[in-house]
Amino acid sequence: MGLTGRSTWVGALKEGLNPPLPPGDYVVALSGNPNTGKSTLFNRLTGLRQHTGNWPGKTVASAAGRYSFKGQNFTLVDLPGTYSLLAHSPEEEVARNFICFARPDVTVVVTDATCLERNLILVLQILEITNKVVVCVNLIDEAERKKIAVDLPALARELGVPVVGTNARAGRGLEELKTAVYRVASGLERPEPLSLCYDGDLEAAVGGLEPLIASPGGRGLSRRWVALRLLEGDPGVINSLQKYLDLGLSGPLRQALLTARARLGENPGERAATAIVKKAEAIGSRAMAPAEGRHDHWDRKIDDLVTSRLWGFPIMLALLGVIFWITIAGANYPSELLAAGFLWLEERLTDIFVAAGWEGWVYGLLIEGVYRTLTWVVSVMLPPMAIFFPLFTLLEDLGYLPRVAFNLDGLFKKARAHGKQALTMCMGFGCNAAGVISCRIIESPRERMIAILTNNFVPCNGRFPILIALSTIFLARGGGIWENLLASAAVMAAVVLGVAATLLVSRILSETVLKGLPSSFALEMPPYRKPQVGRILIRSMLDRTLFVLARAVLVAAPAGLVIWLMANLEVKGLSLVNHAAAFLQPVGELIGLDGYILLAFLLGLPANEIVIPIIIMGYLSSGSIMELESLADLQALFVANGWTWLTAVCTMLFTLNHFPCGTTLLTIRRETGSLKWTLLSFLIPTLAGFAVCFVVAQTVRLLGLAG
Amino acid sequence: MKNGLIPLNKLSIGSCGTVKMLTQKGPARRRMLDLGLVLDTPVEALRKSPYGDPTAYRIRGAVIALRAEEASRILVETISVDD
Repeated sequence: MGLTGRSTWVGALKEGLNPPLPPGDYVVALSGNPNTGKSTLFNRLTGLRQHTGNWPGKTVASAAGRYSFKGQNFTLVDLPGTYSLLAHSPEEEVARNFICFARPDVTVVVTDATCLERNLILVLQILEITNKVVVCVNLIDEAERKKIAVDLPALARELGVPVVGTNARAGRGLEELKTAVYRVASGLERPEPLSLCYDGDLEAAVGGLEPLIASPGGRGLSRRWVALRLLEGDPGVINSLQKYLDLGLSGPLRQALLTARARLGENPGERAATAIVKKAEAIGSRAMAPAEGRHDHWDRKIDDLVTSRLWGFPIMLALLGVIFWITIAGANYPSELLAAGFLWLEERLTDIFVAAGWEGWVYGLLIEGVYRTLTWVVSVMLPPMAIFFPLFTLLEDLGYLPRVAFNLDGLFKKARAHGKQALTMCMGFGCNAAGVISCRIIESPRERMIAILTNNFVPCNGRFPILIALSTIFLARGGGIWENLLASAAVMAAVVLGVAATLLVSRILSETVLKGLPSSFALEMPPYRKPQVGRILIRSMLDRTLFVLARAVLVAAPAGLVIWLMANLEVKGLSLVNHAAAFLQPVGELIGLDGYILLAFLLGLPANEIVIPIIIMGYLSSGSIMELESLADLQALFVANGWTWLTAVCTMLFTLNHFPCGTTLLTIRRETGSLKWTLLSFLIPTLAGFAVCFVVAQTVRLLGLAG
Repeated sequence: MKNGLIPLNKLSIGSCGTVKMLTQKGPARRRMLDLGLVLDTPVEALRKSPYGDPTAYRIRGAVIALRAEEASRILVETISVDD
């Protein structure tokens, strides 16, 4: 038992906690079932901005933040949501190891007032580990609306720990929660939680083992808890026990364990689990007045519609279409306004440069290179993102995504993939790197790998604007209702294609390198929640739009520099861009693109947002100098460089299917820990892109439709 | 009032049953226990997805979707409700 508190900390910290916790702070763990509002509570308490949404499994890595109360600093750790502390998926292990082995000063168990009974199972499991617990009954407003009355004092009496009712979204009950946490952390209050009694046989077995377990250190776990887990014999838990507590399973302990297991017969763990569930049921029934009649009438009505055989899919497609339509119709005008504004500014800057006499390469590098690339990224990317993100977040906040997963699961099952892959795919719409991280919610390693390898098939926000810009330029030129509808339909078709590719490739992987059958799957469908419109607007603007834009800008500035240099450094009378494009031209042509487009995708590896600006730069460098004031000018530029509708379609298809961006590749490397899988994640979509574009381009040309 | 045991995936939509036996093993069984599916737990079949699978069930106040493979390993006794 030689492990000190410090080294157990280090162990827990390594499992996904960053940055290290400041000394002198009380450490508070936020645990609870998935989707109980932990992240909202975390944000409320710390003022930080964890991304929140109404679907289970959203927090896959722990986040830490601080707040102070009564002159004392608290470090709050937002753990991934778990149904149990005894389960297998990586994020559940993070939560278990933190609570069990990092021994936080207080563990706040966040529960959902509308589903208290099930939530109490986890509460009881945690109470077996530590008495320093505060139970937070969140979503109390929702319960009230559904006429579910929770008797908080009765619950506190039953559990023997402080119980606080909160509505984290509205900030209700937070002071009481902070006070309770403070009192437990500082030792002003020492909760005496109920002790669970198991049946006689099990109790006898536990009693027999306890003396043989050496004390698990100063901040240690109770011997009783360790004995129960040993009897259960779950390999994952036993591994953790050995790792963190240096628990040797040899000699008399091993012998006693074998005897006890033999006497208890099959599944002692199940007896304990059943006892806990029954206890939760009993406490729930005493602390809660069941709602009269159907409390979820509206949820059911909505689900009847959005998951119905007839309407489920049309509604899904229609919602997607409406989102794209609003984005396209809404982005046009601000995009042009921004472009015009930047052009005006460019002229003023030019005047300054001229006045200062920096007309040569300095002007070229800074204005034609860096400034133009930057402003193109901003004016092409910002408006669609600023519209798309809030709309998508709205759906997420409502709780619609789990319904999408429910609807699509049949397809994922046929692809032999995990049902939750639909959720990780949806996360990919925001950012593929985030999508890859979210794959941690999938327990089975095989299916997690499939989800990671195929995440790139749905377009992220860096690629949406390319799709939107191209379909707007080539399909919605007039900007009228029909044109916008057509452009939306094109983007939607691209997304549907992406989903189809995801399914097809998943199936192929399941038949080849990742052989196997789907593992068990349970998807919780949370109640619908009224979205926090104001918060969504602000948060999705600040956190997602500006974040993504900042990343694009960071990449765009040096990329602009490089591309300008390439466009202006000449070798044998031709610029480097032209050399590179000429080199790539034959390949590009084969798949319906050209050398410049292919070059742009290659140079756009750090971030796809800069693909279009690079294409523009390439064309501009080849002589046809013109001012790009609007999308119409852009279209003229593209057409002057030989674009047809086929080029646009192939570019859109290639946008959809090509190697993941640098960030995503690094994330895949980290998540899989393997260079081989990372390489595969690069090759699969790239090969798919080449294949699809080749077939489309050659077929269209063969039929003579390219015009 | 009472029929024999049937697998949960055969429970018709809108009707209720109580869990009598789990036939899964290993982690999958553990997962069912953690959702509160122990002996005598009431379960209501709520709806099927457009493809007919998975099916959503009401389990201890939560709505949980299970694929037929999982549901078939949960044996329930149907409770007939007065119409």
